[in-house]
Amino acid sequence: MRFIFLFPVLFFCLLSCKNNTLKLKEIDGKQININDSLSQVAKINTFIKPYKEHIDKQMDSVLAYSTKALSKTDSEYNTAIGNMMADAVMAYANPIFNKRTKFNIDAVLLNYGGIRSALPQGNITMREAYNIMPFENRVMVLEISGKKVNEMFDYLKHGTAHPMHGLHLVINDKGDIEESKINGAPVDPKKTYFIATNDYLQNGGDHMDFFKNPVSIMDLDYKVRNILIDYFADNDTIAPVQDDRFIKI
Amino acid sequence: MKRRNFIKNTAAASAFTGLSGSSLMAMKPKSKKHITILHTNDVHSHIEPFAANDPNYANQGGVARRLSLIEAVRDENPNTLLLDAGDIFQGTPYFNFYGGEIEFKLMSMLNYDAATVGNHDFDNGVGGLAAQMPNADFKLLTANYDFSNTIMDGLTKPYEIYKREGLKIGVFGLGIELDGLVNPKMFKETTYLDPVERAQDMTRTLKKEEQCDLVICLSHLGYQYESDKISDLGLAAKTQDIDLIIGGHTHTFLPKPVIAKNKQDKNVLINQVGWAGINLGRIDFYFDETNNLKSEGVLINV
Repeated sequence: MRFIFLFPVLFFCLLSCKNNTLKLKEIDGKQININDSLSQVAKINTFIKPYKEHIDKQMDSVLAYSTKALSKTDSEYNTAIGNMMADAVMAYANPIFNKRTKFNIDAVLLNYGGIRSALPQGNITMREAYNIMPFENRVMVLEISGKKVNEMFDYLKHGTAHPMHGLHLVINDKGDIEESKINGAPVDPKKTYFIATNDYLQNGGDHMDFFKNPVSIMDLDYKVRNILIDYFADNDTIAPVQDDRFIKI
Repeated sequence: MKRRNFIKNTAAASAFTGLSGSSLMAMKPKSKKHITILHTNDVHSHIEPFAANDPNYANQGGVARRLSLIEAVRDENPNTLLLDAGDIFQGTPYFNFYGGEIEFKLMSMLNYDAATVGNHDFDNGVGGLAAQMPNADFKLLTANYDFSNTIMDGLTKPYEIYKREGLKIGVFGLGIELDGLVNPKMFKETTYLDPVERAQDMTRTLKKEEQCDLVICLSHLGYQYESDKISDLGLAAKTQDIDLIIGGHTHTFLPKPVIAKNKQDKNVLINQVGWAGINLGRIDFYFDETNNLKSEGVLINV
């Protein structure tokens, strides 16, 4: 008689709702897009307003016009937007470097990861310069050996479309270098070369180790973003193109 | 004595027989507990929505809209945690002009519970990060950056335990290797510790000692690499007792949360929601009473 009663009691205990026996049973996961179907919470916009007005005053002045949208993912090996940045660094940094040292910059190398946004078609404002280059990085000119320049080509042959100017690199379908030139000529291992880059890469960023311990170093104290702003201000229409500076055959 | 036992047993037994099958089921929702995790990563100072002419993300993102979504979820389930996986700073003039003040104040207004430290959070130096800490009403969690020789000493914690409805949720942070990524002049004497070793220390503490019901890792390691660099997928495979890895750094738009296997062949959920506050991740955890007659598996709907 007693056994008959115990069995349902035991069963009941197993099913009883005790907090200390709670166990993870089910997980739901998803991504929710933040878009204009959601309302804006007013207190946030009220908080942002004075800061936004101060920034907008400076950001919304139109500097140039872009004939089309440009993104660093538009093409492989070299991109119109990357070429624009590297070409602008050469155009604006070299006169300053030459004036100070009487030497000329041989080549420019920036990093793909440093292009932080796309450039829209249409009016280019100060804001676009901040979007593309939000970092406060400065242009540094590094004097490095021909041997280090060859190390640079070995680094670049892996294919990332790092912005470059004054470098010509051709790789084959195995990824080996077919042709490499700096400032229009093959690398002379006995010479030194002046490469313009930014302080992020000079300090070990992206493991561009060929920039470590250069022969000489000059901080131009000129921000990459300010070079872009000056370039946009001096050019009514922006229409850079992809070319053959770095290609795979 | 015997008689008392008998009466008690009888009462329990008749209570049981008095319950129909459906009313037994009806007890479940009452005792069931529900924890919601909302998360962002790599917001990069994107406070306003993208412009209407943006080539990739026109009219998406924006903190004011993010809050209306968060408020709706909190109305639905008050037991919600809001977390961020780092790279709060850098990306719009708000950071260049105000150094992260607006980002931290807004995250405090949104009632973020915790964030971890991304590489770009060093962009104004370890001192620039420390200067903004008074604006952070949330915890900054990192288990593998040793800040003890820097001005950030004491301003972060390796982990935090949140109690919601009697459940314990352990959250810890992991950061990416700084060498080669951040200018040493910026991170100064911050020491990077092995994330896998630190993750194991954290799970030992959170799962074994603190008996947390959920363990969440806020990771700025990155989702996946072609090289053998440690990533969220690598972390999941090399550790145990992590339920959810909220990732960042690689700006990966996972179409849905990924189910990976840990060292013990158990499931780990990994999620990352792109960047710039374009998406909000939502993970709902449902807890139920143990029922030894049923399988022990966790159903994952992604």
